[in-house]
Amino acid sequence: MEKSDYLNLYHQMVVIRRLEERAAELYQQGKIGGFLHLYIGQEAVSTGLISARRAEDRVITAYRDHGVAINCGLSAKEIVAELLGKATGCSQGMGGSMHMADVKKNYWGGHAIVGAHLPIAAGLALGDLYQNQKAVTLCMFGDGATNIGYFHEALNLSKVWNLPILWVCENNQYGMGTSVERASAVSEIRQKADGFGMKNYQVDGMDVLKVREVAEKLFKEIRAGSGPQFLEVDTYRFRGHSMGDPERYRSTDEVHRWQENDPIGIFHKKLVEMKVAGDAELNHQADLAEQEIAEAVAFAEASPEPSVDVVFSNVYVEN
Amino acid sequence: MARITMREAISQALWEEMERDPKVFIMGEEVGLWGGTYAVTKGFYDHFGADRVRDTPIAEAAIIGGAIGAALTGLRPVAELMTINFAFSAFDHIVNQAAKMHMMFGGQMVLPLVIRAVGGGGRQLGATHSQTPDAIFAHFPGLKVVAPGTPADAKGLLKAAIRSQDPILFIEHATLYQTRGEVPEGDYIVPIGKSTVARPGKDVTIVTYSKMLEISLKAAETLAKEGIEAEIVDLRSLRPLDMDPVIESFKKTNRAVVVEEGWKSFGVGSEIAARIYEEAFDYVDAPVKRVAQTEVPLPYNHILEQMMLPKVEDVISAVKEVL
Repeated sequence: MEKSDYLNLYHQMVVIRRLEERAAELYQQGKIGGFLHLYIGQEAVSTGLISARRAEDRVITAYRDHGVAINCGLSAKEIVAELLGKATGCSQGMGGSMHMADVKKNYWGGHAIVGAHLPIAAGLALGDLYQNQKAVTLCMFGDGATNIGYFHEALNLSKVWNLPILWVCENNQYGMGTSVERASAVSEIRQKADGFGMKNYQVDGMDVLKVREVAEKLFKEIRAGSGPQFLEVDTYRFRGHSMGDPERYRSTDEVHRWQENDPIGIFHKKLVEMKVAGDAELNHQADLAEQEIAEAVAFAEASPEPSVDVVFSNVYVEN
Repeated sequence: MARITMREAISQALWEEMERDPKVFIMGEEVGLWGGTYAVTKGFYDHFGADRVRDTPIAEAAIIGGAIGAALTGLRPVAELMTINFAFSAFDHIVNQAAKMHMMFGGQMVLPLVIRAVGGGGRQLGATHSQTPDAIFAHFPGLKVVAPGTPADAKGLLKAAIRSQDPILFIEHATLYQTRGEVPEGDYIVPIGKSTVARPGKDVTIVTYSKMLEISLKAAETLAKEGIEAEIVDLRSLRPLDMDPVIESFKKTNRAVVVEEGWKSFGVGSEIAARIYEEAFDYVDAPVKRVAQTEVPLPYNHILEQMMLPKVEDVISAVKEVL
């Protein structure tokens, strides 16, 4: 990795953090409607994973999707605009927080029904296999999704058909307010992959470089024809499940313990230790991120509302 | 024109489309080695191979979800559900994923997807395997629902569906597979979303589709012997619903009977009747009658099952009530 690569990762993580902090404010101001799920605390997961993909590799995730969008190369402007429901949003204001995508950047959303995107991910990988494309589909989902039937149908199918797919469970310890121990028969999620004869790994999701390292290895193997593989990434969301979460299911002590493991703080410290960059340089990246988000908010607020025509013209391709 | 069965017509459409376009492929339970539970894809596996005629696990969400994903990559999957009763296991993927994605992501996702599903009662399969839940699926904007009643329409509509850019549920009726009819050879396309007059008449309008077209035609023959000429409109597509031929016919006859195999409440007949009242109230000479399945889960017993399904006599008496 070059210095610029490290700084790029750091920049992405800080952009996500600032984006989510501003999103929370905009939500409290009533400018964002519906549900809002923040990625704060989990930035290292998608940043590390997606830094290991090639342009031809497809990415699909659940509804905690703003950070993933940043990592896939969507601009903060079109993301904030989507949150505000504007015409300039990545989904033209039709999808909102939970339904962001940009298929030109191979980012296939942004899916709000728990686990339902896993069979769709298998289909994306089938499309590449069928057309002899050497591409990998990266499918991310939460620990909660591993208890639903779609997960099991999709993993089974992917193994039976040897699909080029990397299944990644972002284990943030809670499916909404229910802890893994209270919802899953096995607390080590990766064991579920054993049931499908699928190679599986676990990695510390608060360390972006560790995530990137294992993802690079898995992308390479899958691209070479290994078939599907499974990665469990241990992480933690610092905020509630969504805005308006009373958080009665966890203690502030627990949250504080994890916050000491802040993925951005860890990476900052590491970059200084590795002498890749100094505090000033990293703080400058943070300033740039701050500015980028401020510009994105200004852009989104100044953007027009979508035309009602868009509602009717996109129900079908052929009307 | 060859006189072939509905099964052969569907099979022919699939075969020709697969020969024409390598992006078209089939996936579903027992579509390959077995040759299709209803033998629609018999011979396909040997000819097109395992990559294009894909046997799946018994996992309907994976079948439909997988087909959605493949369609997003530009392929044209024809996903087969062994029966429409199993569509409930994939309900989210049909009505909440396939039907939503184009609109919800601002038009950037395109799903050229066909879901074939066979439905209908009358074969002593018991309550779970005998349903005609077409109206449920027709409720959702974003999905198109097609249900042919003749072999020619089956071929033409299926070819149109496979070439379409939209997700389409193609509903076949199990007791129509042996029905014969004239079917044009080669590239024969019937546009989706166009109703048609299946039998001209002047005294009463019968609106129907799928298996009930057969029942309605038989009823019309008997009625003709009594001097009553029924005009039959075959809907062919439930969504988009083409009311023009229905309204045009109704303005001529001023009386209508809607015949469907599904249950009456919240059904196709309710929709058609409401639209007639909304669009042609000044032409109404009698209340629109609905002929439909008795509102019970279908029994296994042959006599009782037949008793619950709409019959030729039901259509005849409904027509006589509106005259």
